[in-house]
Amino acid sequence: MSLMLNLVLLVFLLVMAIAVLKTKHLFAMAMLFGLYSLLVAGLFVVLDAPDVAFTEAAVGTGISTVLMLVTLASIKDGHEAVSTTQRKIGPLIICLVMGGLLIFGTHDIAKLGEIHSPPNDQVAAHYITQGQAETGVPNLVTAVLASYRGFDTLGEVTVVLTAGIGVLLLLGQRRKIHVKKRGQAHDDQ
Amino acid sequence: MMINDLILRVVTKWLSPIIILFALYVQFHGDYSPGGGFQAGVIFSTAILLYALTYGLDAALKVIPETALRVAASFGVLLYGGVGVVSMLLGGNFLNYSVLADTPLAGQHIGIIVIELGVGITVAAVMILLFFTFSRRVDPE
Repeated sequence: MSLMLNLVLLVFLLVMAIAVLKTKHLFAMAMLFGLYSLLVAGLFVVLDAPDVAFTEAAVGTGISTVLMLVTLASIKDGHEAVSTTQRKIGPLIICLVMGGLLIFGTHDIAKLGEIHSPPNDQVAAHYITQGQAETGVPNLVTAVLASYRGFDTLGEVTVVLTAGIGVLLLLGQRRKIHVKKRGQAHDDQ
Repeated sequence: MMINDLILRVVTKWLSPIIILFALYVQFHGDYSPGGGFQAGVIFSTAILLYALTYGLDAALKVIPETALRVAASFGVLLYGGVGVVSMLLGGNFLNYSVLADTPLAGQHIGIIVIELGVGITVAAVMILLFFTFSRRVDPE
């Protein structure tokens, strides 16, 4: 059953990725990216990771699609992707080398569900056997994120705040520059 | 950014409180079910996003002024760090919640709920701020 689900989700993921590459219209591209995230969220559910699926569905499908659409709405021209006819060999080689290195790197990752791999043998075993007794939280993901790895989560929240400050510094001017410039033409609004 | 569609307006009016309620559920039930501060913050922000998309940016700014968002974004991180400092003052390590109450388990509960609240406040405020900042660049038509 889960093999079938995985197969269907992965095939759709591939179709979506190719569609994003092939489509010329940027609005369609943004929507396809949202669908791609939704499929990834489905894959996370199949992998028994509902917390991650939750995040992926809310951030990948919801917020980032809306932000992309708003960005597109603020651009007047250029909603069509420019396609260059000439093929460049350099980027292709870099992609192939990087992809090859990543596939090579997966050989060092422990097999899915392997009991005697270091991550499952040491900390995870402690979290699973002692987690509820030590923190009193039934959801182990919350226990690890909030209590055992509280310092990491503090760093993550700081990253979110820093990203927000960065966007505000870049785009958050008080004066609406281009609105004022067009103001003379649309004064009667 | 304003849409004059009756169905959208009515549905948004009914849906926004439910989304906010669900965000609060995800926030405070994260100990027992999937979810937590980050997810709750994002869900909360989508309610405001939906409202802003249907009723316009100015209406959304009346609900949550931007200054409040900036304060809230910083306050969340301060709340999180504050828990760490308090646990240090009570004689534990930084972010060791066990010293926050009489029994270690009760301390862990308090600590986890408070820091998740901090995460939720910061994430929600930053997401809404991002949307407001982006959508201010859109020309009114």
